[in-house]
Amino acid sequence: MRKTLLESLTHGSLTEPAPAPDESALAELATKVNRAAQARLGRSLAIREVDAGSCNGCELEIHALSNAFYDIERFGLRFVASPRHADVLLVTGPVTKNMRQALERTYNATPDPKWVVAVGGCAIDGGIFRGSYACVGGVSETIPVDLHIKGCPPSPTDLLKGLLALLEHVSGKR
Amino acid sequence: MGILDSISHIHTVSSHRPWPRAVVTEAGWQAAIDRLVEGSLTLLGFWGEPAAVHMAMLDGGSAEIAVVTYECTAGAFPSVASRHRPALRLERTIHDLFGLVPGVADDLRPWLDHYVWGKSYPLSGRNASRDVRPYQFLPAEGEALHQVAVGPVHAGTIEPGHFRFTANGEHVVRLEQWLGYTHKGIESLMQGASLEAAAKLANRTSGDSAVAYAFAFACAVEAALQIEAPRRATLLRALMAELERLANHLGDIGAICNDASFALMHAQTGILRERCLRAANVAFGHRLMMDVIVPGGVTRDIAPDGVAALRALLAELRKVFPRLIELYDNTASLQDRTVTTGIVKAEYARQFGAGGYVGRASGRDFDARRAIAYTPYDALSFEVPVLQAGDVNARVWIRIREVEQSVELIEQILDQLEPGGLAAALPPRIGHGACEGMALTEAFRGDVLVWLRLDDELRVERCHLRDASWFQWPLLETAIEGNIIADFPLCNKSFNCSYSGADL
Repeated sequence: MRKTLLESLTHGSLTEPAPAPDESALAELATKVNRAAQARLGRSLAIREVDAGSCNGCELEIHALSNAFYDIERFGLRFVASPRHADVLLVTGPVTKNMRQALERTYNATPDPKWVVAVGGCAIDGGIFRGSYACVGGVSETIPVDLHIKGCPPSPTDLLKGLLALLEHVSGKR
Repeated sequence: MGILDSISHIHTVSSHRPWPRAVVTEAGWQAAIDRLVEGSLTLLGFWGEPAAVHMAMLDGGSAEIAVVTYECTAGAFPSVASRHRPALRLERTIHDLFGLVPGVADDLRPWLDHYVWGKSYPLSGRNASRDVRPYQFLPAEGEALHQVAVGPVHAGTIEPGHFRFTANGEHVVRLEQWLGYTHKGIESLMQGASLEAAAKLANRTSGDSAVAYAFAFACAVEAALQIEAPRRATLLRALMAELERLANHLGDIGAICNDASFALMHAQTGILRERCLRAANVAFGHRLMMDVIVPGGVTRDIAPDGVAALRALLAELRKVFPRLIELYDNTASLQDRTVTTGIVKAEYARQFGAGGYVGRASGRDFDARRAIAYTPYDALSFEVPVLQAGDVNARVWIRIREVEQSVELIEQILDQLEPGGLAAALPPRIGHGACEGMALTEAFRGDVLVWLRLDDELRVERCHLRDASWFQWPLLETAIEGNIIADFPLCNKSFNCSYSGADL
């Protein structure tokens, strides 16, 4: 264990420079300015992830955000265990009908001010599962969505770009 | 002697490949169940159609496979689950989707149907309605018992499902799972889909096993059409499958340790997992390698710098991973959590035909890559680790050994790669009616089964995908019994069953 720890200390950091915030995400967010919320939250956001029926591909890449290369916590973004602690809901999947009520309840349990980020092609419009008897299709058909991050699944860098845009928006820098 | 020799059948279906399928009488159906009950055959799959049910069975000794079909002329079939428990959730699913009634079933609670689809029996083709009843969990009675309800939304970034614990103080008396939350209706979307659209769906049945599903789907189509993918394509398929296995095992070994509060391992294996995904991205243009495997072959060749990226990955793994194994093995506080925790009895692993590390950590020596020896694994050399202890620790060790095997396999494949074609041409149409194919591949968590029937325009008429999780989830219920609730995340992660793969 000592060797592993020592090497981590003596070798350079793996963490990569922050990508630039996604311009299209900033544009999408610009239409939803909320100054009061901006003042209260500063540059720290607590994220609650909700899988609303994804294939689990998006979850794998959301997990990757916490590894040494992306190190999401350095930006003041962190994942929390309860919607009651969250400022942001990160929602994946085509919203299966079996998950719709749980998603609504999670949204209602999240205190204001709050943002919803729909992650992945399914969360935008149901993706390849659209039209199934078992899917609602698109997160915005169940709860209001502030930002969409495309991809199947979006890469950790894409996720980071979108979340950094949200952070810029919330902290009122633009 | 073939499996079907001892099961009286009406006729065999000639267009079913590569293994035989026979339509059986009620006596034949019961004889097949007898063989499952006595343990001479293992249930591989159990699925429905609007007017028939199919059972795939494996003879563990000879690795022979056969499918038996019972035609439900009166909308009913003799229950398998009432005699052979591993069939239970599959049987409830058949009832949920097709409205076929198993007789005489002792448990006909809905499984996937949470009464919110807006229709009952969605694949039956009929407009029947179903009585809505509150879901009844199985009882656990006693003076000091209390219940803990968890999910569907969990505390971590994981898939949704409901766990109902009954506990006596800290100790779990009974765990009952109620899943189906991620049911997307994949089998209905498959119906009438083009091969291209269907392959996309197969890739997204369980995202962590995208390659294994695409591989199995492609092999099933190729079996049905009697075509073969070129040699280079099959090697690239196996290369991706082993990369997927590596990435998942590495991520999960760390996550298991993290659930025992040993974050160092999680951080270290997280780096290795990321390196795998980046190498995959360089080699195949997608971190999870989705949509590269298609019926007939692969859509793209390995990128020119892909081989170097993979060789660098192997060198890094060989350098770092042994040290992490040592770290796992020599950290007493970690061993204290994983050794003797969450034991799966060998008897259950055999009865349920548990695949992957869940089965192999409990003495079930089965790996589809070796047993079926599908191309190109027939020409590759590797070992299948098997342990007997059945605890969290044994499941971790199986994964550690499989990481080592996958590293060797990737090296062998890179050495064997020779120039060649990437895809065999598919016929424009079949011309002699429907044909059926079936395939089994080894995903990181166990065997994936794909069964399908194509119409003569090469559209999917019916496709069933069976994840290894179907036969592993119930064993998690047995493994946690008598353990403390606080060890559930650890046990759960050591299984890492797929929700999406089993909810379909």
